Amino acid sequence: MTPSPGAPREERTAPRADPLPAADPLPVAGPRPLHRAAHEVPASGRLRTGRRRLVVGTSRRNVVVGVRSAVLSVGAVVLIAGLLLAAVVLGDYPLTPGEAIGVLTGATEGFARTVVLEWRLPRAASAALFGAALAVAGAVFQTVTRNPLASPDIIGLANGSFTGMLVALLVLGGGWPLLMTGSLVGGLLAALAIYLLALRDGLQGFRLIVVGIGVSAMLASVNTWMLLRAELETALLASAWGAGTLNTVTTANAVPAGVCLLVLLALLPSLAPALRQLDLGDDVAAAAGVRVGRTRTAVIAVAVGLVSVVTAVAGPISFVALAAPQIARRLARAPGIPLTVSALTGAVLLLGADLIAQHLVPLTVPVGVVTVVLGGGYLVWLLVHEARRRP
Amino acid sequence: MTPKTTQPVTAADDRTDAGWDADAPRLLAERLTLRYGDRTVVEELDLVVPPGSFTVVLGPNACGKSTLLRALSRLLAPTTGTVVLDGRDIHTRPPKDVARRLGLLPQTATAPDGITVAELASRGRYAHRRALRQWSTEDDTAVGGALAATGVADLAERPVAELSGGQRQRVWIAMVLAQETPLVLLDEPTTYLDVAYQIEVMNLLHDLNRSGRTVVAVLHDLNHAARYASHLVVMRDGRVEAVGPPATTLTSELVERVFGLPNVVIPDPVTGTPLVVPADTRARR
Repeated sequence: MTPSPGAPREERTAPRADPLPAADPLPVAGPRPLHRAAHEVPASGRLRTGRRRLVVGTSRRNVVVGVRSAVLSVGAVVLIAGLLLAAVVLGDYPLTPGEAIGVLTGATEGFARTVVLEWRLPRAASAALFGAALAVAGAVFQTVTRNPLASPDIIGLANGSFTGMLVALLVLGGGWPLLMTGSLVGGLLAALAIYLLALRDGLQGFRLIVVGIGVSAMLASVNTWMLLRAELETALLASAWGAGTLNTVTTANAVPAGVCLLVLLALLPSLAPALRQLDLGDDVAAAAGVRVGRTRTAVIAVAVGLVSVVTAVAGPISFVALAAPQIARRLARAPGIPLTVSALTGAVLLLGADLIAQHLVPLTVPVGVVTVVLGGGYLVWLLVHEARRRP
Repeated sequence: MTPKTTQPVTAADDRTDAGWDADAPRLLAERLTLRYGDRTVVEELDLVVPPGSFTVVLGPNACGKSTLLRALSRLLAPTTGTVVLDGRDIHTRPPKDVARRLGLLPQTATAPDGITVAELASRGRYAHRRALRQWSTEDDTAVGGALAATGVADLAERPVAELSGGQRQRVWIAMVLAQETPLVLLDEPTTYLDVAYQIEVMNLLHDLNRSGRTVVAVLHDLNHAARYASHLVVMRDGRVEAVGPPATTLTSELVERVFGLPNVVIPDPVTGTPLVVPADTRARR
């Protein structure tokens, strides 16, 4: 096969050492050509997909990265680093960026060290990691249900986790491992309840959302009821928690929570290819060789785990899981919801929201209040946009 | 893994079980009963897909055609009975193994926003991919070949959402072809297309069949079925009413019995295959 002469050729994939053989069309018997274009092959012999991609690695082991997503990711990482630095230096005891970096390299000693390592860095790092975890959980739910409204906060998982945590706190007496377990059990039970209530002839995204909103409202009432019956001091603590706050973050709970989240996030790359097939519909995915039920259960379990761990430390933080994946999808212009870009977007959102909550708002408010305001605006826009698109 | 060639049919043959007879049917159903909940959709159905055939499944709405196709491709577990693919119960085969032997285009396919033609066709390579090898020459060759065979190679970089209905359907078929399976099943591939696109898709299926693939399609148009099929399966109420070549199978009596439609069957003036003309059943004043 010769390349068509004169046709402008644009390299869509990374230059590689070995030239590929040109693709042959499928064998076609019979005198008549299928179509005028039937025997044209991609001019370079390399498939052009209309998206600039990089193949990283050798021809035996490699990953394919979209150029746009890669650039976005690098930009987001730089932004996160900047926000982390801002979070570390800002406060009642201001530091210079030099001092803050000095702490990390071991050059600065004394009180600044305590301020950075004990107070500010655990909170800022948790904000970034929690934001990423919530965003990935949202991306998973929105992909599985193929609905941008289906996020763990909207369908009541966060409220379920919080219910479980309140039970652990008020009935069983508290303690970090117990709270974590309570949150996890609460989230899983809420997920199971919603799943069973919404299940009829298979799982439909829309029914799941409506049932989830109902379950969410019921659980919110239960949470309020439990807080009203609690002692004043516990109730005050728990209700600040109920809005979603990072004031509760300490090294003692941030480290185990962070480890749990990283382990859960590390499970996703192996599930991602099957998750991408689900974008095309359950039947297409199954026909392509995906174990649809097993994949869906596995990714939802991971997502519920992510939400529950975050909720155990910070309470139900709303709207990050809803908004971050959709913002990431629009930024990356990728088909389906990109997990990596979503995670980084979520990290930027929650870290930024926590900085606003701590330093821009005159009185200290829980970060959940800021995300509700930001996310509420986004939700209104999304509803209007979706309504316009489908008259 | 056996080394792949550009000829999908031989590549697939290499993978069949030892001692496999090439002339024996690769896909058949034995005493198949399919249920959704309490509702029985298909009952005690026997079916053989002749190797190398262009098999068309016909029948009135809700007669169980699509359900049958889902069961034949492992998407639905039978209540009783078995589907046999290449000599083994299809449910004893792992999904990826099935997906390397049999491709299905269901009706429920949805394209994610912003996906391009080549990206969508590439999704058909899932069963051939390995972990930590997201790109391979085999994938590019298979996808490029599928796009060329369906006549959408020129559109490879365009978003699927911008295409016409006929082009979009060809892209979906390209995705199934990229799977490189000797068996291709399609559920109403011509529905919602205008008549020119319908013929275009039917010609494409004809060419796929001629190139060595066994094609099974659920269709609504009796005359397309008569013209293109080498083997007809006519269903009613979850049972097979008639099987065989269109010329002897598609009779006026059968159409009236299965569809309840008084009709005349004449030879198609172009191809000589049966042409079903509905009788004039309008109410007269």
